[in-house]
Amino acid sequence: MKYIDEYRDRVGAERFASAIARVTTRPWTIMEVCGGQTHAIVKFGIDELLPKEITLVHGPGCPVCVTPLELIDKAIEIATRPGVIFCSFGDMLRVPGSETDLLTVKANSGDVRIVYSPLDAVRIARDNPSREVVFFAVGFETTAPANAMAVFQADKQGLRNFSLLVSHVLVPPAMEAILASPRNCVQGFLAAGHVCTVMGFTEYGPIAEKYRVPIIVTGFEPLDILQGLYMCVQQLEQGRAEVENQYTRSVRREGNEAAQRLIREVFRVIPRKWRGVGQIPRSGFALSEKFADYDAERRFGVADYTAEESSECISGLILQGVKKPHECLAFGTRCTPEHPLGATMVSSEGACAAYYRYRRNKL
Amino acid sequence: MTADLTASCPVPLNDYAQVLLAHGGGGRLMDQLIAKMFVPAFANPLLAERHDGALINLDGRRLAFTTDSYVVRPLFFPGGDIGTLAINGTVNDLAMCGARPLYLSAGFIMEEGLSMETLWRVVQSMKRAAADAGIQIVTGDTKVVDKGKGDQLFINTAGIGRVEHERPISPAGIRPGDAVLLSGDIGRHGMAIMSVREGLQFESSIESDCAPLADLVLSLLNEGIEIHCLRDLTRGGLASALNEIAQSAGAQIDIDQNAVPVHEEVQGACEILGLDPLYVANEGRFVAYVPVSDADRALKTMRAQALGAEAAQIGMVVTGSPGLVTLKSQIGARRILDLLSSEQLPRIC
Repeated sequence: MKYIDEYRDRVGAERFASAIARVTTRPWTIMEVCGGQTHAIVKFGIDELLPKEITLVHGPGCPVCVTPLELIDKAIEIATRPGVIFCSFGDMLRVPGSETDLLTVKANSGDVRIVYSPLDAVRIARDNPSREVVFFAVGFETTAPANAMAVFQADKQGLRNFSLLVSHVLVPPAMEAILASPRNCVQGFLAAGHVCTVMGFTEYGPIAEKYRVPIIVTGFEPLDILQGLYMCVQQLEQGRAEVENQYTRSVRREGNEAAQRLIREVFRVIPRKWRGVGQIPRSGFALSEKFADYDAERRFGVADYTAEESSECISGLILQGVKKPHECLAFGTRCTPEHPLGATMVSSEGACAAYYRYRRNKL
Repeated sequence: MTADLTASCPVPLNDYAQVLLAHGGGGRLMDQLIAKMFVPAFANPLLAERHDGALINLDGRRLAFTTDSYVVRPLFFPGGDIGTLAINGTVNDLAMCGARPLYLSAGFIMEEGLSMETLWRVVQSMKRAAADAGIQIVTGDTKVVDKGKGDQLFINTAGIGRVEHERPISPAGIRPGDAVLLSGDIGRHGMAIMSVREGLQFESSIESDCAPLADLVLSLLNEGIEIHCLRDLTRGGLASALNEIAQSAGAQIDIDQNAVPVHEEVQGACEILGLDPLYVANEGRFVAYVPVSDADRALKTMRAQALGAEAAQIGMVVTGSPGLVTLKSQIGARRILDLLSSEQLPRIC
């Protein structure tokens, strides 16, 4: 299949792997930011092709993983209310809140629907004028334009029964938070290609410079990731710390400016709590004042929820690259995809779930 | 290791106060429900085999007996409908026992208000599918439930077939060194259904692979292929079928991803939705375990028929960890190919 098969080619992968081995002279720790990249690395076994000097640690770029517990509780509370149609992407339904999850709400006859686009939720709102339709707007910069468009369209169509439960987070502030931490071990980054398709990569220049780390905008197929790693290791070995673009077939320096304009109109930047990591300044979106009427937290009066994380779960350390999944005592025993203690085990893109699914036999 | 984890870390049933959709999804939860509730409750040696059907010895005559219920939305989809599924699904379960399917029963649970024309169309396609598969529907049942208490139409079929050979075809027959053969491309049924499901219509010409498999299996037997085990691919796709067999047989199975045929349209639709074709449903494909010395002849026999034109050897049974399935990825690294915990859900980005 075009644009897929050539990036999963066995010979090409071996060629990149030996090129990386050739330029590597000492140990390096590199973080791939995005959960999609983590998933591809473990699923295709990319790390097994690398020289032992290269350690990959897995970043916070899984939107399901970093959505804080209280937001899941808010979603469950809203979905349980009579008259509500609660729409979400599929993978949020399994994430456990403090007591239950959205799949169980659905089993208990709550009207929870899996949609594939926020615009489907707008259509459901139009078709059900007597119901309140809420869309769970989770994601990074990648899904922000479509979610912004949903609000924009609902407003244009005068759909007063539509709202968004917003849990939007931003990548660059999280990378800075990791680099600024005293525990940081990350020496180079593979930045998330899809985020940069929307936002471009001008934001990363100051980070590379300030913390002296190479940042490679990287795609999601095995050969993309291997090439991104090759570019990163080359910079590290040469003592450079620059932003480079591996994913040129999708990403331009300035990104998608029309999408950015829409985002700026519908959202505003706020501090956000990241599950397992904590509060990060200027790291997320909320609806702008102009569209505040579409904020489900206000409409349903759930803004002040709080919730405590499991004390046993180390997903915060995993999301920051400090620990690997198998270093957790609960991994594979008290914590499994059927009974996750934390979100990195729930989402298929969470590092723990990926290790459990593909690596259990080797740990 | 899958088997060890399941044995040492059982999930008590009371963890789920209610039945979830995943308990019928063909993945780990359904597996646990069967193993912990049904098998112990109805305990008997035939059930304990956990094969697609039961092999019964009746005064020296060997019969295969099986049942399946069909719930699908929408009722009609590209390449078939609930009627073709209800015939072929049960015919295929009999075929997987190495039996010649003979007689089926059909039970209809209809929701009040179902249009007669819809029912007629389903009955007509059952008639055609029965003729194609060479079976007769010889008994049946009809029930109607209140409007809102069913989803238009559910069908149950049970079937009986005759075993015409002496080969014990079951997971216990699998040996290290067996070749793993797949009868054709995977993932078309699941993606055909998804392409017409509410809220997800996408342009595609993917048609379900729904088909009766008995002729293909009987031709292998007639050819004298020493079939050790057969399993048709259903809800949980190829990955689940391989895992079930690896666990029941206590064997390790190694698969090469590059050898598994997937049509480009199916691959494309899966990429868009974030699904793995290895877990997508099929209704007309099976995996055969045969001695490696018979593999080429078996492939030749299958490829000579339209249904088996894309048959391929996808892997081997090896000595290793019992119950484990591993996959050599497209770029050449090896990893676990696991059972899914529950249904595949399309992901966010």
